[in-house]
Amino acid sequence: MNKTLLSLHHLSKEFDGKTVLDSLDLEIYDGEFITLLGPSGCGKTTLLRLMAGFEQPDAGTITLSGVDLTHTPPERRPLNTVFQHYALFPHMSVFDNVAYGLKMEKRPKDEIRQRVREALAMVQLEDYANRRPHQLSGGQQQRVAIARAVVKRPKVLLLDEPLSALDYKLRRTMQVELKRLQRELGITFVFVTHDQEEALSMSDRVVVLKDGRIQQLGTPREVYERPANLFTARFVGETNFFPGTVTAVGENELRVDVLGLARTLRKPAFAVAEGQRLHVLLRPEDIRVLDPADADGLPGKIVERNYKGSTLDSVIHLADGTEVLASEFFDEDDPAFDYRLGEPVKVSWVDGWEWLLPEEVDPTPAEDRTVEA
Amino acid sequence: MKPSPMQQPFRTAVLILVWGWLLFLVLAPNLLVVGASVMSRDPARFLSLPLNLDAYRQLLDPLYLEVFLHSLYMAVMTTLACLLVGYPFAWALSRVGKQRQVLLVFLLIVPFWTNSLVRTYALKLILATNGLLNNALLALGWIDEPMKLLYTEGAVIIGLVYLLLPFMILPLYSVFDDLREELLMASHDLGAGRWATFAHVIVPLTLPGVLAGVMLVLLPAMGLFFVPDILGGSRNLLVGNVIKNQFLDARNWPFGAAASILLTLAMAFLLFAHKLSKRRLGEEGGA
Repeated sequence: MNKTLLSLHHLSKEFDGKTVLDSLDLEIYDGEFITLLGPSGCGKTTLLRLMAGFEQPDAGTITLSGVDLTHTPPERRPLNTVFQHYALFPHMSVFDNVAYGLKMEKRPKDEIRQRVREALAMVQLEDYANRRPHQLSGGQQQRVAIARAVVKRPKVLLLDEPLSALDYKLRRTMQVELKRLQRELGITFVFVTHDQEEALSMSDRVVVLKDGRIQQLGTPREVYERPANLFTARFVGETNFFPGTVTAVGENELRVDVLGLARTLRKPAFAVAEGQRLHVLLRPEDIRVLDPADADGLPGKIVERNYKGSTLDSVIHLADGTEVLASEFFDEDDPAFDYRLGEPVKVSWVDGWEWLLPEEVDPTPAEDRTVEA
Repeated sequence: MKPSPMQQPFRTAVLILVWGWLLFLVLAPNLLVVGASVMSRDPARFLSLPLNLDAYRQLLDPLYLEVFLHSLYMAVMTTLACLLVGYPFAWALSRVGKQRQVLLVFLLIVPFWTNSLVRTYALKLILATNGLLNNALLALGWIDEPMKLLYTEGAVIIGLVYLLLPFMILPLYSVFDDLREELLMASHDLGAGRWATFAHVIVPLTLPGVLAGVMLVLLPAMGLFFVPDILGGSRNLLVGNVIKNQFLDARNWPFGAAASILLTLAMAFLLFAHKLSKRRLGEEGGA
């Protein structure tokens, strides 16, 4: 299935002298669900608009199955867009909204009626054909917008943060529904979001963007478990960073000093030398909270505990002030398992579960480090 | 929500003010006009009994019918000219930067600070046979002898367009300002070119503004009697001139009142059409 459908080559775009996309290359495969993930201003929406044809790149090319689309106007591209605010035509019924694209293709009336009905059935809105958009709920409007785009049978469906205006529960439902639609239709989906949870749960591949450059491109698992840099590690999921110093380099492992704790860690893919400083990354669910009497681990105390239903999430302050997030599953043997605030504990992990990154100049100011939900 | 006692007197005062205004300054004068239109002409006391519909019958007199139709023709031409200029102007206005928009709207409103009568006299100076425009064209050598511009139907229409254009642009600007760029993008995305998008999306969504503009231009264009008085000579009368003449010169109040009611009914009809077009777009005028 790794056949390239849409190919972006050296795409650059500036607005008012500000670089939004910086010579970006991306291959989008036929039939995949690919997500452009990044904070606002990272260029993800601009990238989508370039694909749709609403913006022209300053440099670079866009080809679809080998055909150059770079300067084709949007109305002649076999791609369709689902807009963030749905953009349904308020003066048309649901039926006419969905039929609009087919009318523009000058399809016969019978075919239009048939295909519109099928598209509305697909999003479970057959009974709403005669309503007007303002008579529908947000989720229903969203589904009309999807039906209106897929009724054209596009090669690629572009979705611009389509779920951001919906409430949490509806968003979850729509995520499942979009995934189902994508499987049934077999259309390539390019999905833009700033919600990392959404990106991880829906996509075949995730493109992490920042400042108009791709930070990482990979499966959700790769992006989450093996972040390419500090930005990705921080933006995708929550992460604990421990400073480490390499004390010895072995064949397959490293001796690393982490805040005075000597650990033997897996040797990373990048080159390491003795005395080099590293970031040791651990996801909250990989942190083990131990008894203060335990020989292993870094001493600290509980400063916050949050009951999350299936997990107990706690914040631990280490002696040097480092904040550690831990997420522990409830144990059947000890359903009353909990911490007191201020309770002394020790923080540890199983060697090999960590992820190492070379030290990099940290451009993010401290107050921005909290990860967006 | 229950209003607090402090809010109650304010609320009552405002309501009395509004309703009082509407009753004494809108409803009562209009009823007087309706009353006058069904009474008889009296040279001494202006109005007298018995009640009859003679005034309305007089409206159908071929002489007046011709004046009305000619007035309607000039008003329609004025409205079309305003629409032709105002529509693209309002569109462009809504698409320039926010700061420039404020400036342009300001410039649009500035002429209102000068009395329209004075501005019409200024226009007369420009259009006169020995006026600015003719002299400029002569000096440029584009014409050999002065054109007759003043006291023509064209002069009246120019004057009306000049005075009424802002009333067309402002409601259009408001609908264009509400027209979301995303809707136009969606239309292109679904395969519509410029013309199809214009016909299927832009026109229907700006129709309420067009009707509001037509309402604000068409009826005043039949009523602004001083424009033909100054620019039009004796042949290019508006319904407004007829009404004015009946009240002030001919002393035929019932007929003047009946002609006013004709205009009011035309206004009511346009209001109704405007409301219908708004309702088609949903309660909010957009979703």
